Amino acid sequence: MLTQALFRALDKKAVWVIGIFLAVAVLVPIANLLVPPGQFGHVPTYLVSLLGKYLSYAILALALDLVWGYGGILSLGHSAFFALGGYAMGMYLMRQIGTRGVYGNPTLPDFMVFLNWKELPWYWLGFDNFWFAMAMVVVVPGLLAFIFGFFAFRSRVTGVYLSIITQAMTFALLLAFFRNDMGFGGNNGLTDFKDILGAPVQAQTTRVILFAATAIALALSVLVCSMIVNSKLGKVMVAVRDAESRTRFIGYRVEYAKLFAFTVSAIMAGIAGALYVPQVGIINPGEFEPGNSIEVVIWTAVGGRGTLVGPIIGAIVVNLGKSWFTSALPEFWLFALGALFIFVTLFLPKGIVGLWKQIFGANRKKAEEPSSPTPAQSADIERGEDPSTFDNVHPRPAE
Amino acid sequence: MLTQILRLALLTLSLLLPTQMVRAQDAAVDIPAQVTALGEASLRELGTIITTLASTGDPAVVPVLTALGEGNLYLDETSGAVVIQRGSAITDPLTGEAVDLGADADLSRIRVNNGLRRDISAALSGMTLMSDNPSTRLSAARGFLSKPDAANLPLLDEAIAAETEANVRSVMQAARAVTILTSEDASIEDKLAAVPQIVSGAGRNAITILTGALASAPDEVKPTIQSAISGLEQGRAVWGALQNVWFGVSLGSVLLLAAIGLAITFGVMGIINMAHGEMVMLGAYTTFLVQLVIRQNFPGLLDYSLLIALPVAFLVTGAIGVGIERGIIRWLYGRPLETLLATWGLSLILQQTVRSIFGPTNQMVIAPTWMSGSTDFFGLAITYNRFWIVIFALIVFFMLLLILNRTPLGLQMRAVTQNRRMASAMGIRTPFVDAMTFGLGSGIAGLAGVALTQIDNISPNLGQNYIIDSFMVVVFGGVGNLWGTFVGALTLGVANKFLEPYAGAVLGKILILVLIILFIQRRPRGLFALKGRAIEQ
Repeated sequence: MLTQALFRALDKKAVWVIGIFLAVAVLVPIANLLVPPGQFGHVPTYLVSLLGKYLSYAILALALDLVWGYGGILSLGHSAFFALGGYAMGMYLMRQIGTRGVYGNPTLPDFMVFLNWKELPWYWLGFDNFWFAMAMVVVVPGLLAFIFGFFAFRSRVTGVYLSIITQAMTFALLLAFFRNDMGFGGNNGLTDFKDILGAPVQAQTTRVILFAATAIALALSVLVCSMIVNSKLGKVMVAVRDAESRTRFIGYRVEYAKLFAFTVSAIMAGIAGALYVPQVGIINPGEFEPGNSIEVVIWTAVGGRGTLVGPIIGAIVVNLGKSWFTSALPEFWLFALGALFIFVTLFLPKGIVGLWKQIFGANRKKAEEPSSPTPAQSADIERGEDPSTFDNVHPRPAE
Repeated sequence: MLTQILRLALLTLSLLLPTQMVRAQDAAVDIPAQVTALGEASLRELGTIITTLASTGDPAVVPVLTALGEGNLYLDETSGAVVIQRGSAITDPLTGEAVDLGADADLSRIRVNNGLRRDISAALSGMTLMSDNPSTRLSAARGFLSKPDAANLPLLDEAIAAETEANVRSVMQAARAVTILTSEDASIEDKLAAVPQIVSGAGRNAITILTGALASAPDEVKPTIQSAISGLEQGRAVWGALQNVWFGVSLGSVLLLAAIGLAITFGVMGIINMAHGEMVMLGAYTTFLVQLVIRQNFPGLLDYSLLIALPVAFLVTGAIGVGIERGIIRWLYGRPLETLLATWGLSLILQQTVRSIFGPTNQMVIAPTWMSGSTDFFGLAITYNRFWIVIFALIVFFMLLLILNRTPLGLQMRAVTQNRRMASAMGIRTPFVDAMTFGLGSGIAGLAGVALTQIDNISPNLGQNYIIDSFMVVVFGGVGNLWGTFVGALTLGVANKFLEPYAGAVLGKILILVLIILFIQRRPRGLFALKGRAIEQ
């Protein structure tokens, strides 16, 4: 069955994407380690880390695409899962500091010594073990998403309401992690990491390996998402997105499909966070900002939602733009980002991928088959002020 | 306002009058001469001088007598001057100014005996208790409250008989009651009668006084005291709760102001306006600009700048709202999640624009005089700016209710909300109504911004602090229902303030968020959900 699912997942597009990122996972390290600096083709180490950061963002955007693009659940709390995964990784890295901290305490991280704590709180126990920490990277966001989703979907909290309560969730976590008594470093978060699995985090080889790990994780994420959306469950998810009540009346357990997608997506976001933290060297409560979650949504929208490839492109393109703007024209970055939000929602509802298809795919599609509407299409028709569209918000009585 | 002015006038009068009367008495008794006479007087002469000095009733005499009683009054044998010496500081007894006696000063203490000390203390208490100034009498009576002494009973009786101010008399009576309660030879009946007097007169100290008296009280009186204490403690709890309710209402009114515009755009039109907070922020900056212009050109109107800013802010933000609706929102009807993204982008642009123009630092709006200060309302501390914001929020709310329910525009708004096609078929220009509705919601956000200048920093991030809370209020109260927003805002405000003492401000807020998330599970459409087929999605 698994092989069958794998076979179905590996359509032409997915194979290409997975192939590209596996190649990147090999080629970039070679370009950094083996090509001598100064020679053509050398990738400097800072760039490797920067690209690694983008790729972990791409995993996050992909995770959001699974729930938003296919499940129709616009989560404004995905940065919470990302940050939780990041904190789990950060806690492991903090424990690895050992006696090299400012206070030299073998068990307590610096901020706990500073706050006059005497012993490690129970929820920090076990985080000195790498594999336990990695389990937590998956378990904590997954469990939170499962419990949150279980109640939310069971009560049929949908659409805007779901978006707002996911935002409330990440906002509540933001406030909680800012508190010093929580034992997660408060305002400053966790930083000043030394080792990961015995290797110094700052070292060139470690950075390259982390990058390769991120690229491979991204490839695997694409594979998993592709498997899900090409399975029967994936079809149900799309059905839920396009007509939730109808799907329910046909007899599908709508909430289970949504819960599955939401939990898997949260786990992916957590893994992305865990890969992000050692590459940027810090995790603090700022990652929980509701604004960050909304930014992830725009990456996905820019690339094209419901396409799996789109969010990856979107995350990389927008963040490249951000890096360029914040160094070249720092004043204008927010203008550009804001304009991007408006432009994409108004003129590019299908994102870059949609534009690509529109330009290059039109002829081929005509030739191959009479176009079956792609899932995203039904929602994407320009509606403007056509009165009939209001039925989605304020439906008419049954006719 | 008026009562305040009257009270102020009375107070100044009462402060002025006694000093004038004292001046008149100065002619009769030469106080400085009497004080100098203290230096050479014999013990018997001292007694007469003390009585004479006390009879003047001049407050300036009080420090002289106090120092004499304490043994701090000295005679400089060289110059014959009488001075107060405390430690190394030498002061004039009447003026209190430092005196330089020169190197050849020879100070000797003016001696008094116990009989004289008693006279002095009686004279002093009598003077303050009989003073012409009610506030002096009040503090004297409070002094007796904390130091009950049976010897003072006749004095208190005399003072009570002469007292004209009811509140001062009740404190005096409480002082008398405390004396009776703690004295050993008062009868049980007197002691029983004393307890309620303490309760009514001793104010906030009553619990401490009664608890102190409880141990030494006879067994017959103990239950009475006990019940009086528990009654007082209940009262204190009730007042504490009331104070919390007030804080909660105050916070709730701010939430109401911030959320009510959103209740229109989100609740009525189904648009998730993430730029709503920025409309609030623009309203605040408009206020700042209006005040700037007024300060430079019409300084006389400074006190009314907030009132002038109200219509200006409403029009400015309302116009921007109409512009946004025509420019962006109207292309996105029926795609609520996409309005979220577009308006979020818009909010980033607006924030950055304001930051570029005004800088990232906080701006100041001066509070008009009628909004600064606070009043004590039956023991509740109420600041005027909070009070006016509560009133203002209520006015805005009911005006909006009136517009929606009693005007043609409101009727059209509701019609379009309920059934756009049918409304259009009936000849309502739906695009116009959309623009007006969004403009109205934005204008009200601008009004909220004017109010928020009084309690918050005016910075480009002002709106960000309110946007999530506002959405919580609207979602909690129920979309499409103004009363839901009203109840939601006040409930959240009060709940927040009641959680704060137990959980702390941040944890309280987290708890509120969690409670809202749980509440949405129970009632996915909020507190006041629209009933009927309209809710089936």
